[in-house]
Amino acid sequence: MIEALLTLLFFAVVSFGFMAGLLLIVAYLLWADRKIWAAVQMRRGPNVVGPWGLFQSFADLIKFALKEVVIPDGANKGVFVIAPLVTATLALAAWAVVPVSEGSFFGLAEGKWVISDINVGILYLFALSSLGVYGVIMGGWASNSKYPFLSALRSAAQMVSYEVSIGFVIVTVLLCAGSLNLTEIVRSQHTGLGTMLGLPGSFLDWYFIPLFPMFIIFFVSALAETNRPPFDLVEAESELVAGFMVEYSSTPYLLFMLGEYVAITLMCAMTVILFLGGWLPPLDLPPLNWVPGFIWFFLKVALVFFMFALVKAFVPRYRYDQLMRLGWKVFLPISIFYVVLTAAVLVGFGWAP
Amino acid sequence: MAAALFFYLFSAIAVASAVMVISARNPVHSVLFLILCFFNAAGLFVLLGAEFLAMILVVVYVGAVAVLFLFVVMMLDVDFVELRQGLLNYLPIGGVIGLIVLVELALAVGGWVISPASLKSRVAPLPEGVTNTEALGRVLYTDFIFYFQAAGFVLLVAMVGAIVLTLRHKEGVKRQNISVQVARSPATAIEVVKVKPGQGI
Repeated sequence: MIEALLTLLFFAVVSFGFMAGLLLIVAYLLWADRKIWAAVQMRRGPNVVGPWGLFQSFADLIKFALKEVVIPDGANKGVFVIAPLVTATLALAAWAVVPVSEGSFFGLAEGKWVISDINVGILYLFALSSLGVYGVIMGGWASNSKYPFLSALRSAAQMVSYEVSIGFVIVTVLLCAGSLNLTEIVRSQHTGLGTMLGLPGSFLDWYFIPLFPMFIIFFVSALAETNRPPFDLVEAESELVAGFMVEYSSTPYLLFMLGEYVAITLMCAMTVILFLGGWLPPLDLPPLNWVPGFIWFFLKVALVFFMFALVKAFVPRYRYDQLMRLGWKVFLPISIFYVVLTAAVLVGFGWAP
Repeated sequence: MAAALFFYLFSAIAVASAVMVISARNPVHSVLFLILCFFNAAGLFVLLGAEFLAMILVVVYVGAVAVLFLFVVMMLDVDFVELRQGLLNYLPIGGVIGLIVLVELALAVGGWVISPASLKSRVAPLPEGVTNTEALGRVLYTDFIFYFQAAGFVLLVAMVGAIVLTLRHKEGVKRQNISVQVARSPATAIEVVKVKPGQGI
């Protein structure tokens, strides 16, 4: 009984610590996003709060938290309040299965670098990322206003469409890795193209080289799934004011924002785990393999996020019919074809795990 | 003990939200309660050790089917007060169906309780030493491949049928043909004209 309680307490402390670290990283990724965006447009970006504007995210947090919560008169109050909570909770809950590194946490016997190392980790991530749409639909519907409602319908169609191609991309990676466990997927990238040529473990082993088209499709679909520009039709300000968030203010708005950025970070982490070798060093030689795995993981997530930020700054927004065409008529056939091709190659050469 | 606690938590919420699905006044609330119910059913699957089924339930039912439900319900403009008046008429038949399901469940579970040997006569017994994803895959793609493919074809035919019934090609609508746009070259896209001064084209 006492032992069970202690285990529970241990998990609570670990999860809380992980969440605090994650939120701190997200705060700085938000700052980096704005800085990169500013740099592309030859502006300075946030530079007033703290040195180089480093505390900007915290200033925003305090500002959002202290403002008044406005709930519109015609809104469906319960659903209106629950919607941002759903978005933020689901985005944070998905991180429970993400393996940041391998082995025990700084030599602790119980601790691991992943909170829950479940067998169906990748399905869990896929399920929770597909639930992200509910926050948007509930928020849009409960606001009882035209623009949020239109935005919610758009977003639902968009997210459901791009999930299909994400699913097929995940299937190709699973065929190569032979496991649904995220740790196993990263481990299977120890060996690959590079080691077949007799080289030591290196970035050549990672799946982004043999599955390069899938890597690109996953990256673009991740942008669409998280409603990032150029697919941010949900909050296209020139058409829909601010989309489903029009009626939200203060802390509920903050939760939507937070959930969105945590989901984006999660998609970056998924790209890293599936295609960029997770915590593995780019060359398995000293001094690169002396660096702890979680630092490599963080650096890779930061790299993918940098690409997300650049895309936001460079690419103009898609039109709605072009978005749907890209998802259903371009990505879906290519990814189905690649699933068949991957399976055929794996079976034909006897490489299937 | 923890497992029992979670079982009662999940099943209590599942039953409560199932009741709310049929008693909620607002149809959108009904669908949201249905989603909560699915979620708790997934939790029960996890407790049973069927984590693959749990995740598929969430991905397919919550992530896709319920979204479409919500879509339809949000777009519908039905007078629900009028719809509700038939409730008493349908109560007997609903009750009978519920009773039949209850009796069937009692028979199945009662059979297992009375004779534990009947558990062994299931078509696919629980395998040991493999994850249940792998076990399901082995059964589904070997012994039952025909049924699996046949079910797939039924769904495919249904989908094609739905598209054929609803697809209308409207005349006179301007559509973007991206391959034509991409295939344009400077030779076909622009025309260089020598204009004499003072004359125009």
